Amino acid sequence: MIEKFFTEAVLVGIIASGIRLATPYLYASIGETFGQRSGVLNLGVEGQMLLGAFAAFYVSLTTGNLWFGLLAAMLTGLIMGLGMAFVSINLQAVQGISGIGFYLFGLGLSDLLFQKLMGTVVTVSGFRPIYFPVLSDLPIVGQIFFNHNILVYGAYAMVFVAWFVLNKTTLGLKIKAVGESPEAADSLGVSVSKIRYLTISFGGMMSGIAGASLSIALLNVFQQNMTSGLGFIAVALVYFGGWRPIAVMGGALLFSMVNSLQLWVQVLNIPIPSDFAVMMPYVLTIIALVVTVQRVRPPSALTKPFERGH
Amino acid sequence: MSDSQLLPTGQKKINHLEMIEISKFFPGVIANNRVNFDVKAGEVHALLGENGAGKSTLMKVLYGLYPPEEGAIKLDGEQVVIGSPVDSIGLGIGMIHQHFMLVESLTVAENVALGLASTRGPLTDLDIVSQRIQELSEIYGLQVDPKALIWQLSVGQQQRVEIIKALYRGAALLILDEPTAVLTPQEVDEFFLTMRKMMDDGHALIFISHKLHEVLDISHRISVLRDGHMIGTIPVEGATKEKLAEMMVGREIGLKKERVSNEKSEKKLILKNISAQSDRGTPALKGIDLEVYSGEILGVAGVSGNGQKELAEVITGLRNVTSGQVVLEDEDVTGLSPKELINRSLSYIPEERMRDGMIKEFTVAENLILREYDQLPFANNGFLNLKNISTHSDEMIKSFNVKTPSQETTVKSLSGGNIQKLVLARELFRKPRTLIAAQPTRGLDIGAMEYVHLRLLEQREEGTATILISEDLDEILALSDRIAVIFEGEIMGIIDREEATTERLGLMMAGVVE
Ligand SMILES: Nc1ncnc2c1ncn2[C@@H]1O[C@H](COP(=O)(O)OP(=O)(O)OP(=O)(O)O)[C@@H](O)[C@H]1O
Ligand SMILES: [Mg+2]
Repeated sequence: MIEKFFTEAVLVGIIASGIRLATPYLYASIGETFGQRSGVLNLGVEGQMLLGAFAAFYVSLTTGNLWFGLLAAMLTGLIMGLGMAFVSINLQAVQGISGIGFYLFGLGLSDLLFQKLMGTVVTVSGFRPIYFPVLSDLPIVGQIFFNHNILVYGAYAMVFVAWFVLNKTTLGLKIKAVGESPEAADSLGVSVSKIRYLTISFGGMMSGIAGASLSIALLNVFQQNMTSGLGFIAVALVYFGGWRPIAVMGGALLFSMVNSLQLWVQVLNIPIPSDFAVMMPYVLTIIALVVTVQRVRPPSALTKPFERGH
Repeated sequence: MSDSQLLPTGQKKINHLEMIEISKFFPGVIANNRVNFDVKAGEVHALLGENGAGKSTLMKVLYGLYPPEEGAIKLDGEQVVIGSPVDSIGLGIGMIHQHFMLVESLTVAENVALGLASTRGPLTDLDIVSQRIQELSEIYGLQVDPKALIWQLSVGQQQRVEIIKALYRGAALLILDEPTAVLTPQEVDEFFLTMRKMMDDGHALIFISHKLHEVLDISHRISVLRDGHMIGTIPVEGATKEKLAEMMVGREIGLKKERVSNEKSEKKLILKNISAQSDRGTPALKGIDLEVYSGEILGVAGVSGNGQKELAEVITGLRNVTSGQVVLEDEDVTGLSPKELINRSLSYIPEERMRDGMIKEFTVAENLILREYDQLPFANNGFLNLKNISTHSDEMIKSFNVKTPSQETTVKSLSGGNIQKLVLARELFRKPRTLIAAQPTRGLDIGAMEYVHLRLLEQREEGTATILISEDLDEILALSDRIAVIFEGEIMGIIDREEATTERLGLMMAGVVE
């Protein structure tokens, strides 16, 4: 039984779809990494993703242009991000709670719009895998690395962009300083609120793309609550990765590999109860969080609103 | 003083800065009441005042951190508006804060570069910044490694980073808010050399300190604030400690209490061959043996960073030992939790009062019961007795002379010295049988310092066994019965008070074995 399961083709399939499935996690958690590095916890990622997923799907469906869809998702996420920034920076709200508010808002609104504008589940033909001459035809390697759509590659590219921005640029320096010691940054004339606005709205935009990657690149449908907790996992992955983009990517890959394995287990009808299989990635997340989170220190000012002179 | 209008850093001098009729209010407090203050190029103008007098507030107004309710600021005769640190930095004003403004997880160079335009556009240019840091270090004698992470540096080194940060931004006027409070005597000497150099070059310096001999040593003019009012400005010529103290407090102070000889009786606290590691995992304590008797103050002298912090933490249950034994009142307490030690009547005045001593977001009343929040009379069967808590904090505020608008005020809005008084109030109120006091008077004004000394001596007469960790040799010599000198995690020797001199202790502190 097991021997039949782990054939070469199946293994390649598991790895390839693991790489692909990491896409939405990567966009969302890299965006969230920026927010948290600057000291703001955005728990509304899931809501931003849902609205992004809907916007991308609906605009793609009506205009027939996937790029317009992607743009719509980015804008939607950006607006949601600006809202979150306003609430947590100008109104100094408790970030955990307001994030949940944004999640519920996104959940409700995306469903409402779906009911009103579409009514039934339809599909679009999403982004297709890019064909790389020669490379895509290579055995094994071709299927694993050179057979994905543009949003998958974009996600991995963003990981390195994030690493670069955080470690090599003056902006990254400001982001880290604002998240560690906003008083110190402020006393040097760095605008704490400007930086936080920037990271939170960028994070929103990334969540929007994460949603789009589901609805017009991976699954190519829109359904009510189609993210089913994915946005919250993305937040957890940021902790898991210790607020470092490369490690966050490691977490996302681990998680989606297990997820992929679980899907193949179901596809191949292996006699493991499917509920149990579906549970695996989540159990893994909890274990991974417990093991890792104590190890790394979060940004000192995480979740703390900043006000000069206090 | 050089006559050029430029400083060696290339920045234009600030010839005369005036603060005119400045007022600043906080809820329930008038921190500054129509205060006039000015400083000129090439001079050190000292600002004195009791804890909570409004010194830091006045300086934060100048640096653009607080908008004043009224008043004006003139720079070389022209009125300027300083709405934020961006404005003040642009005008050539720099500030070294009482509580350092450094990002601990970043390097020295990164802290200096933060917020500045880079020569490489969006990319950082830390190599160029490091080079300039080296240049500034050489001009002003401020040795520091640009690549070091802030948390790895000693307090003295961190302060150098703060000064370099300000100079790097072209500060022509420097506000120094209690810069010497955290320095060792040697570091103070070096720091004064730097200050003199800056002064000779034509920097304008504002210097806040509670140590009157320092103020008399380095200043040209001295101003005194009391309860938000400017009492007066006098030239250093003719000023005396007594005169300044009187201006500060409004009366003569003379709380001085003599140390009476005391029968030391049973051994309270014994440390047997204690070793422990620092936060960085390096050995911090190497086989420490100490005994403290009840009714005795054992002074632990030493340059900070030689294991004092770890020593205090090992005794109070905050740090694990790698080997050795702590015996408290004939019982092995090694590895017991802080709570269990508190219940054995052990009190601790931590060095880092903001981090280890207080919960900043809690109120004064809440902070005062942090140790005994779950015991009578503050709590009964899990319910807080708010009435008793309130009466208790009123008493503490009164007897320790804490300046706070109310007991409901959060601790973070109190002045530095008043926060320290609260820690002392909480730890001494319960008349501990054993007391670990680390730098208990750092940042306190002279009146408060005398008061703390008095209380420590009173505790001693009542039989408390005290370990007094201090860098201030005057304090050590004034209070201790015996003095242990700690150097690189080892006890260099223990001598009786009668045989101790500053010179002898100084040598031992530098690692010279007897
Ligand atoms: N942010 C704030 N909010 C409310 N009250 C404040 C705030 N900052 C200072 N105060 C109050 O203003 C008064 C002056 O405080 P300030 O910090 O200027 O004193 P200080 O002279 O610097 O004292 P110290 O020597 O203890 O540092 C104090 O009573 C303090 O409680
Ligand atoms: Mg002060």
